[in-house]
Amino acid sequence: MNLLAIQRQMARAVMTPLTPSKRMRRVAPDGRSLRAVANKIIKPNDRLTSFERMEIYNRQYWFRVLSGFAEDFPGLRAVLGTRAFDQLAQAYLKDCPSQSFTMRNIGSQLEPWLRKHPKFAGPKQHLALDMARIEWADINAFDGARETPLKPADLAEANPAKLRLRLQPHLTLLDLKYPADDLLLEVRKHSEEASVASNAFSERHKTKRVKAVARMKPSPIFLAVHRMDEEVYFRRLQREEFAILSHLRAGKSLNAAIEAGLRKSATPADARPLLIQKWFQTWSTLGWFCPWAKSSSKS
Amino acid sequence: MPANRFNGHTDYGIGIGLRVPHYQHILTRKPVVDWFEIISENFMIDGGRPLRILDEILEQYKVVQHGVSMYFGSAQRADREHLRRLKTLVQRTRTPWLSDHLCWGSVDGRYTHDLLPMPYTFEAAKITAQKVREVRDFLEIPIAVENVSSYAEFHVSEMTEWEFLNEVVERADCGILLDVNNIYVSSQNHSFDPFTYVNSIPAERVAQIHIAGHSKYRKYILDTHDHPVIDPVWKLYALAIERVGHTATLLEWDDSIPAFDEVHDEALKANKFLASASLATAV
Repeated sequence: MNLLAIQRQMARAVMTPLTPSKRMRRVAPDGRSLRAVANKIIKPNDRLTSFERMEIYNRQYWFRVLSGFAEDFPGLRAVLGTRAFDQLAQAYLKDCPSQSFTMRNIGSQLEPWLRKHPKFAGPKQHLALDMARIEWADINAFDGARETPLKPADLAEANPAKLRLRLQPHLTLLDLKYPADDLLLEVRKHSEEASVASNAFSERHKTKRVKAVARMKPSPIFLAVHRMDEEVYFRRLQREEFAILSHLRAGKSLNAAIEAGLRKSATPADARPLLIQKWFQTWSTLGWFCPWAKSSSKS
Repeated sequence: MPANRFNGHTDYGIGIGLRVPHYQHILTRKPVVDWFEIISENFMIDGGRPLRILDEILEQYKVVQHGVSMYFGSAQRADREHLRRLKTLVQRTRTPWLSDHLCWGSVDGRYTHDLLPMPYTFEAAKITAQKVREVRDFLEIPIAVENVSSYAEFHVSEMTEWEFLNEVVERADCGILLDVNNIYVSSQNHSFDPFTYVNSIPAERVAQIHIAGHSKYRKYILDTHDHPVIDPVWKLYALAIERVGHTATLLEWDDSIPAFDEVHDEALKANKFLASASLATAV
């Protein structure tokens, strides 16, 4: 057997989900005998069988990816509860194993996967999706690229009919059904407090709070997740702000983005210029705009 | 042999791994440390606080890059995006040499994020050496490959682990990051003499040495990097130093990480052995 064949067989075995008691399966879900695979490629020794030696790697793999995933999505875990979260994590990682050299990207496919597999979130599907999107945006904001921002003066001098702007790569715009940002901040606060207080009390409080949010009627919010001075921030946006920024990100000119963004606005026409000026001033101060590159279709 | 072409002709002393729980201590207290080893993948990012902290560390300390996912032994080609990001980081840190493991961990674009053991075959040695050469040519810095701890052996193996290591480094003409804890762990798991291993490595290729602690289970030992270095590992270290001379040494402590001073003090125990190597050289 050549190197590639050995590695394919071993990787398949190592990445096969564990049993509920966290041991290696004797037979994989696709019918392969993992005992036979282990016997074929791994030598036994005087203390461990081939199967047991392979199992060390199988368990290490799952412990590593599951703990990395849980670290990245504490909010989703709070929303679903530990048991449902663990089931989701195992199913997701089985369907979407890491395709990156870094564990940082392990949750990159979670949102589309969760949309396709709503059963893992049950009745909390929308809240779970909102939370997964915020937590992935948070990862992107933490270590995403920050390009040299445009200065407010650069905007003032440009022709708004032609000017196109790119948004910072670390900035994610989210339209959410629930105020899941508040919930995530609470989860984090309670996790920090749990290190100094009773874990049981903190868990009870967290569960109570999640249940309260899950019972709420959907209350849409618009959110920008971004980084400033190396800290990640969640900034609530008005509907029109979200629309204008989304149109800019899609490549529309400044004028076109404003026009499209305000199309459904209830703001009286005479109040709009001042509002727009205020928004752009804030966004520029936050450093959200970057120069448009000719090759850019989207930032 | 302390300074050789495999460690960029440097003569670094005793370092420790740069880890998040110690950032504040290092940046505020500025302790005297010969050098820090960073995990490359933690900084192969586009921006944010990790890079800002790295830049602050680079202003005051010597830094060497150590990778965990190049997978020299994977049968397929190296990921171009990985190499591109690694080169950007190499240019930032100006690391005099770069190390990663003699193992595999990805296949068909899927990553296990583990250091999986190699089958010790001539085919595997050839493929691995070719990849080491490609990475070195792309990054334009010396490469050192590290022996890993392992818990399994393959039926197809045609040689011992140390023969395989020698075969790879000779074919690739690269350095060795000799991890004496890994040698100890594997020797216990596979019942070989660890001193034979240390005595068999080409001393002139050793760029760096790793020391660490591990966890003992009933039927095997796991390389957990969460304990102090045990005496049998210090004995292997002593032999390694006797053979290769005063060599850049690094203590790995990656889990249940104690206070900075405790980690640093543990690393500095290596001084006892390095001093005798210096004395022997002087005599």
